[in-house]
Amino acid sequence: MAFLHDMRFRAFFYQVVAIGAVILVGWTMFSTASGNLAKQNIATGFDFLSRPAGFVITEAAIAFEATDTVGRAILVGIANTVKVSLLAAILGTLIGLAVGIARMSRNPLLARLALVYVELLRNVPLLLYLFLWYSLIILILPPVRQALNLLPGVYLSNSGLVVPAALVESGGGALLACLLGGAAAAFVIRRVFTQKRVATGRSNHGALIATAAFVLPALVLWLAGGVSIDWEFPTAGKFRLTGGLHVRPEFVALLFGLALSVSANVAEIVRAGIQAVSKGQWEAAAALGLARAKTMRLVVLPQALRIIIPPLTNTYLTVFKNSSLAIAIGYPDLVMVSNTVMNQTGQAIETIAIFMGVYLALSIAISLLMNWYNAHVALKER
Amino acid sequence: MADVQTLALAPPQPAPTAPRLGRLSAYFGTPGNTLISVLSIAAVVFIAKLAFGWLVVDAVFSGNGETCKAASGACWPFVAQKLRYMLFGFYPYDEQWRPMLALLLLFAAFLFSMMPRFWSRGLLLGWILLVLPVLYILMAGGVFGLTPVATTSWGGLPLSFMLSFVGLTLAMPLGIVLALARASNLPAIRVLAVGFIEIVRGVPLISILFMATVMLPLFMPEGVTIDKLLRAQVAIILFASAYIAEIVRGGLQDVPAGQYEAGSSLGLHYWQVMRKIVLPQALKKVIPPMVGLFIGFFQDTTLVTIVGLVDFLDTVRSAIRDPQWQGIAVLEGYLVAAAVYFTFSALMGAYSRFLEKHFRTTHA
Repeated sequence: MAFLHDMRFRAFFYQVVAIGAVILVGWTMFSTASGNLAKQNIATGFDFLSRPAGFVITEAAIAFEATDTVGRAILVGIANTVKVSLLAAILGTLIGLAVGIARMSRNPLLARLALVYVELLRNVPLLLYLFLWYSLIILILPPVRQALNLLPGVYLSNSGLVVPAALVESGGGALLACLLGGAAAAFVIRRVFTQKRVATGRSNHGALIATAAFVLPALVLWLAGGVSIDWEFPTAGKFRLTGGLHVRPEFVALLFGLALSVSANVAEIVRAGIQAVSKGQWEAAAALGLARAKTMRLVVLPQALRIIIPPLTNTYLTVFKNSSLAIAIGYPDLVMVSNTVMNQTGQAIETIAIFMGVYLALSIAISLLMNWYNAHVALKER
Repeated sequence: MADVQTLALAPPQPAPTAPRLGRLSAYFGTPGNTLISVLSIAAVVFIAKLAFGWLVVDAVFSGNGETCKAASGACWPFVAQKLRYMLFGFYPYDEQWRPMLALLLLFAAFLFSMMPRFWSRGLLLGWILLVLPVLYILMAGGVFGLTPVATTSWGGLPLSFMLSFVGLTLAMPLGIVLALARASNLPAIRVLAVGFIEIVRGVPLISILFMATVMLPLFMPEGVTIDKLLRAQVAIILFASAYIAEIVRGGLQDVPAGQYEAGSSLGLHYWQVMRKIVLPQALKKVIPPMVGLFIGFFQDTTLVTIVGLVDFLDTVRSAIRDPQWQGIAVLEGYLVAAAVYFTFSALMGAYSRFLEKHFRTTHA
């Protein structure tokens, strides 16, 4: 039995056993499931995606009617998930950056306040906060019949915020072209001016000119009457407001909750990143006569970014996955729409497979994007 | 680096004036600092006044829903009357000493495990073979003259603690095995481990819980049903094991290759090298990040309320929705829940900082 002690045989044997076990479990589950489904008269396969959905989605990032297909309903769910996570990530990063810098303030009061903020957010479950924000919106704001009329056309009530909607009637394409062209021009101008400044050592107004290049074409087009925008004002009916752009409380509560949780994490990551930059950098900048704020912006933050990016990637992945808590307060994200689909069609396996696949694919996409950015800011060794 | 070059040519800044106020200069040294201090103090005073007014001055300390409705402050009778329900849910009233005892036992076991001098291989075994069975017997009953209590009546804080900490304890061995599999040089084993870990980490916990509650029954042979609580617990264990595996992998990578080689050259085979040499070093290194994971999971177990289990957040929410108190004590309820979660999370956070210091000073 010498072959039992042969390392190569053992390695081969273990692997065959592992793969065999996985296949066996998978096959057993598959056959039981298909048997069960056949007994319950549930058809398998993805045909249900092209059937009419038959339910309405209260808030859709892309247009949706009850007569549209189930597949489109799931697409709406994906769009809603992406919308809320993207906004929460941006908002949370901005707040977190401010809080993280405040944490490092030389003023002990401000530093302590920032610490309290971070600890309060990190030590209480996100779901609890979501419930809390949602209940507060419902409790504090008046019902829709007594909606607060903040500005002409702006109503705030416990069914959300309603503002006039801007409907672009014509010239939308031209406006988009102006904005894109402006952005490209601004990018080039900024690069050229930065190179010139490096070469000559004299400061110039690159940032200002670049901003102008971005804003001016669109502004000129608008002033010249190239775009006509139709403002749709909401009208207060007896029971509800019709027309206008409706921001629902579920969305606000979710966005707020996610953004705050991101901000606490970002604050800690930024603080750790800044602290990791050696003290000599601060001293060298001070010796060159740089003020503290400028040192932070021009010397410390660019170096801290290298340490910050990997944990920041994790935070973004987390907020994307946490947006699935939407179902708890009724925002129609991917999970909630899938849940509705599951209840209506009974296609639990397919639906769960779809939404897990979507989460997986988008998670991988976020990782790749952030890895690319990380490689971009990483220390370039000569 | 471009900006630095430019600024090197900038005229020198005037030297800052020497602080004259001594210790106060940190608060009022410069006009900007003074403004920040004044604003901070104003914010603190404003919030403190608001909180004190709501919690004490305008609060109701005795009475019922009607008295609370009339007052503008906090409603403490709600908390007093509902506290026991929030803590234990629908567990039979006369038997509630059992979950209480289980909770205390869990805390005691934790305090014991938190002291570095008791860390040993026996500790994890002690948890799995001694603490968990005793907890289960206390909760479920059926032996030693304890009335049986079905898992459907379990709820409240003991359920939250069980799902998170029992889940993590049981996920630990699985996570370690997964980490070893991922570091293995057998390609098929490695691919299976990487696949499992990355899939689990790429999807939200709620989707795994949905799988366990909605999808799993379809995979069971007819007539076989698995308890809902157990299904959620298994989902949490699987989910946690993937995260533990990634943390342990970090620890394994920190052990120098020489340790493996030295072990092998002594004639130890793979499992002996791992058990006696590598894992003891690797696991010790990953204890601080593991505590961080524990805090996260303690909070994440609140998600089980979405699939219909009665955890602490759920009992608090149904207490809030009690017809007697509906719409009166929303903030009070969430505040109690937040205070409980905050206390335990902050304690664990403090413990994690203690550990970091401990490791720094002992060079362990």
